[in-house]
Amino acid sequence: MSVVATPAPPAAPAAAAAAPRREIIASFARSRLALAALLVLCAIILAAVFAGVISPQNPYNLAELDILDAKLPPGGKSDDGKTYWLGTDEQGRDMLSGILYGLRISLGVGVVSTLLALTIGMAIGLFAGYAGGWIDAAIMRIVDLQLSFPSILIALVLLAVLGQGVDKIVIALVTVQWAYYARTVRSAALVEKRKEYVDAAVCLAYRPWRIIYRHILPNCLPPLIVVATVQVAHAIALEATLSFLGLGMPITSPSLGLLISNGYTHLLSGRYWMSFFPGVALLVTIVAINLVGDHLRDVLNPRLQT
Amino acid sequence: MVAYISRRLAQSVVVVFVMSALVFAGVYAIGNPIDILINPQADQAEIERATEALGLDQPLPLQYWTFVSNAFTGELGRSFSSNVPAIDLILQRMPATVELAFSAMVMAIVLGLPLGLWAGLRPETKVAKTIMAGSILGFSLPTFWVGLMLIMIFSVWLGWLPPTGRGETVNVLGVEVSFLTADGLRHLFMPALNLALFKLALLIRLTRAGTREAMVQDYVRFARAKGVPERRIVRVHVLKNIMIPIVTVIGLEFGSVIAFAIVTETIFAWPGMGKLLIDSINVLDRPVIVAYLLVIVVMFVFINLAVDLLYTALDPRVRLTGARA
Repeated sequence: MSVVATPAPPAAPAAAAAAPRREIIASFARSRLALAALLVLCAIILAAVFAGVISPQNPYNLAELDILDAKLPPGGKSDDGKTYWLGTDEQGRDMLSGILYGLRISLGVGVVSTLLALTIGMAIGLFAGYAGGWIDAAIMRIVDLQLSFPSILIALVLLAVLGQGVDKIVIALVTVQWAYYARTVRSAALVEKRKEYVDAAVCLAYRPWRIIYRHILPNCLPPLIVVATVQVAHAIALEATLSFLGLGMPITSPSLGLLISNGYTHLLSGRYWMSFFPGVALLVTIVAINLVGDHLRDVLNPRLQT
Repeated sequence: MVAYISRRLAQSVVVVFVMSALVFAGVYAIGNPIDILINPQADQAEIERATEALGLDQPLPLQYWTFVSNAFTGELGRSFSSNVPAIDLILQRMPATVELAFSAMVMAIVLGLPLGLWAGLRPETKVAKTIMAGSILGFSLPTFWVGLMLIMIFSVWLGWLPPTGRGETVNVLGVEVSFLTADGLRHLFMPALNLALFKLALLIRLTRAGTREAMVQDYVRFARAKGVPERRIVRVHVLKNIMIPIVTVIGLEFGSVIAFAIVTETIFAWPGMGKLLIDSINVLDRPVIVAYLLVIVVMFVFINLAVDLLYTALDPRVRLTGARA
């Protein structure tokens, strides 16, 4: 930091792009809601990562399942005294364990597809923004075209074409998402490109890729982080929806959406727990991510800082 | 203005063509329809006869050419499974989807605008914070799960509303509609609410953000200084300015409501286009899938065009830039 200690005018808006990490952390500490969301999110991530350790049974090891325990309501006990806090499904599988394992699959697919889409979209958007001219126009036409169609429709068509599978759904989610990042980073890059430090780098005869990745990209990151956080939630919800429609995850990788879909057939006979609890898990995850994303946006948005 | 409109029209035509080629190439790459459509016990001669009858023995470009030239005459192929023209199937189901989408949109606007305005005018109050928390919930709730929970509460537990179907319909100018009968309304309420939730949250947030930004503008400050009553400031100065983005979003979101109706229709067995699409994907009834997508593409392009033109009419600044370009 080369900032000389000159007293800044008190009402000067803080430069959002330079909002240091410490300030973000401090702002989380100030907002109770955001802090709670962050803690819940951390707990969820830990639960998903350590699902194999903390869940009462391995729901996909058939030796651990007892068909006599099928369709027990929440709190129901099996013959050997085990309690199923969230009930069991039609095969006697503990819902809590199923949810923890499902959470892992849902989170994994969401995060992986978001990171892939972020990388691809970022590269394309930076390239478009830096290149300008007809290249920029052509890329942005494609982005506009894609964004004018709802993501669920594009994903549905892709999955109808590609078939089922974890890899297929990641491809579909990446295809749906990359355009958001491309557009976000491009608009930020256009602003940054006109700034003096880029001129300086150009004068130093740095190669274009170095200017793009070392100089422009770090300054475009704040909006990207906000978009990426919210998009993880979006990806998880979209995957769940597609799985519910029977076009997402295969039966061998039961994500939360698939669990809800399996419970759907029992809903009308009053066995609510098979869809209700996976849905609550999904909801809490998405709400936590959205709240954290929302808070990040407020911190990083210079227009609201007065 | 004429130049602007004609350029937008030309763009739209190009989009329709590009999308039709993509849709066709994509959908016709799924598996081998012969395996799915023809009885596996059929002999070779039977299979060949059926292949020829369905035109599946032609090379792909030729199939596309036939498809495009037929599309102009409204002939989008016959459904493999029911042997009815695909476009007829779609058009027959369309009113149900449009009715559902409209009801959802109206619900979202009627509730979303006032709530968003309230939250934007008094951002620090408890009510505003509750509204905003609710809107985050509306964004986060997975639509299909909310649908299931609505069925669970209102149909299974309370027994107030029927879980599936469209109910009694009335024929209005050759179109069957549900919203004119009490039974139809009972059937319509849950799916429409389910579909509206996400848009409601979006409208609340959009209205609130617009209001908050407008309230600190100079024209509001001057209006206040002039002694304009608060109510008039909100109605004339604020609302008029925030309506521009809101109308745009409402227009654009209408398309996405129709797309999201796929999910809602599947849950509530609402006999619209979306349910038809899912059913067709499950049996790989490709003419119906292609026809659905083309109808949707045309609808979207049309909606986008209409929104753009409306935008130009509402906001003179857009018109000026367009004329100079």
